[in-house]
Amino acid sequence: MEKTHQAHHEHYDPEASKIGMWLFIFTELLLFGAMFIIYSVYRYLNPEAFHLAGEELNTLIGAINTVILLVSSMTIAMSTSAIRKGNIWLTQQLLAITLVLALVFLVNKYFEWGSKFSHGIFPGSEYMLANYSQGEILFFGLYFVMTGLHAVHILVGMGLIIWTMIEVRQKKIHQEKYDLLENSGLYWHLVDIIWIFLFPLFYLIH
Amino acid sequence: MSDEKQHIVPYSTFVVVLVALLALTFASIGITSIELGGLTVAAALIFAIAKTYLVLAYFMHIKYDKPYIGIMVGLIFLLFLAVVIITFLDYFYRV
Repeated sequence: MEKTHQAHHEHYDPEASKIGMWLFIFTELLLFGAMFIIYSVYRYLNPEAFHLAGEELNTLIGAINTVILLVSSMTIAMSTSAIRKGNIWLTQQLLAITLVLALVFLVNKYFEWGSKFSHGIFPGSEYMLANYSQGEILFFGLYFVMTGLHAVHILVGMGLIIWTMIEVRQKKIHQEKYDLLENSGLYWHLVDIIWIFLFPLFYLIH
Repeated sequence: MSDEKQHIVPYSTFVVVLVALLALTFASIGITSIELGGLTVAAALIFAIAKTYLVLAYFMHIKYDKPYIGIMVGLIFLLFLAVVIITFLDYFYRV
């Protein structure tokens, strides 16, 4: 049984695995890159409206979510060091902390979006059409699409972390073979990098 | 790859990087709250780029990987920059 298990992993190539992940990350960077370009162009065309609309976002909740994502990025980065030192227990703890932080991020997002919705600010809102300028509607449209797509990535990242934790538990991920853990980490850091740009562009620049 | 000596990043490095990232975050919140006009956007972006560098180099392990991964990442950012410049050349010189 052990022999067949070994033979199964004969062609295990961590470098190829990592490169595959990086190529995927490049496509993700360009996907969000295109949205950042759309944002920049509309900001350039509607500077006053973007200024006004940006002030309606809560900088504090944005800052809290930034701190949450940065800490979660550290914990998942540490989990790779932990598995390479053979510390399965610590790997699982760090992944669990990352998962909880991801959930807290989404809960914050839920309340943030919820308060916007209750003020009549959401895509296709009659209230916005009546009370907001075209530039402001564009700003909030981009805000919902970009933070929404980012939130979808958080969900996918959480799925990857759960999958990784299951494989660690099943001992499919261990000291000698940890490419899934490493790639989940890379994905999670990508989500972090996107937020690093979303936060100043939507919450800070007024 | 397997016969290479692989570097295990110590936990303390990650803690130092996190502290730096948090410091840059609070600095960017501070600097954008001051009225700098057009410079605000530039300042916010410089802080974001510095933070991205730290995440790429340490959390994403590029500093310890073979150089070609870092080069590819650099090329992607150059490609993105080229598209940004071409787009804005269009908007600046539109009549």
